[in-house]
Amino acid sequence: MEGFISTVSGAISSKNMSEPLVFHFEVDGSDFTSAGTASVTVKKNLRQLGLPSEVIRKLSIAMYEGEINMVIHAEGGTADVIVTEEYIDIILKDQGPGIPDVDLAMQEGYSTATAQIHSLGFGAGMGLPNMKRYSDEMKIDTVLGVGTTVSMRIYIR
Amino acid sequence: MKISDVKELLDAEVLCGEENLGHDVFSACGCDMMSDVLAFAKDQAVLLTGLVNPQVVRTAEMMDMVCIVFVRSKRPSEAILKLAEASGIVVMATRVRMYEACGRLYINGLRGDKLKEHV
Repeated sequence: MEGFISTVSGAISSKNMSEPLVFHFEVDGSDFTSAGTASVTVKKNLRQLGLPSEVIRKLSIAMYEGEINMVIHAEGGTADVIVTEEYIDIILKDQGPGIPDVDLAMQEGYSTATAQIHSLGFGAGMGLPNMKRYSDEMKIDTVLGVGTTVSMRIYIR
Repeated sequence: MKISDVKELLDAEVLCGEENLGHDVFSACGCDMMSDVLAFAKDQAVLLTGLVNPQVVRTAEMMDMVCIVFVRSKRPSEAILKLAEASGIVVMATRVRMYEACGRLYINGLRGDKLKEHV
């Protein structure tokens, strides 16, 4: 994963949260073993900021599931995390095939993942439901053949 | 119990994180499907699994788990151990199979999801 983080180090050292923290990652879709690297990086950085552990856990699980989804279904994409004083936004954008039926995809247990993905421990049809479960707000914009953007918000207080 | 008790009960070999064997753990889950761990685990400190890939470590990290036990003689790669080390997670391997490993820990006081115990 070729990720980079902008503005993080300065914000951590100053502990000044008036400016939102922005993380940006390119999620490599070609290598399943590296999927989740961005989520781990975000989690470690947010721990240093001293955010409540429950907030960090919700955010990192939601983002991790999203990263896995992008690798499994869309050959990767981008992940942006914006941390403000009130909430954290996660925006996952891919140029994959799109989701034909979002309501169906949101059902627990429904999955189009292959047997190979199952053998890696994923594809149980829990990805999108988990993202909804662990975020406070979630929006899916998807266009067949163009791509999908999943936006999630988690409130800090 | 302590992580060192998990090691003893499962006759396991510690592969990394030896310095954290003194940590207390209060619950565990056994699962090969990481999606289900992410969906259903809550405050569980120990993950028992027969699945061996880097996503096991990342899942444990996301769930704030502190110990991974690979059952039925599964051996993680060096790359997997490095990931675990970087996150301070204890990794051990046991010859014991999943069902018995869970049973040994459970009867010695390491329980599952507290919410489900009352159902």
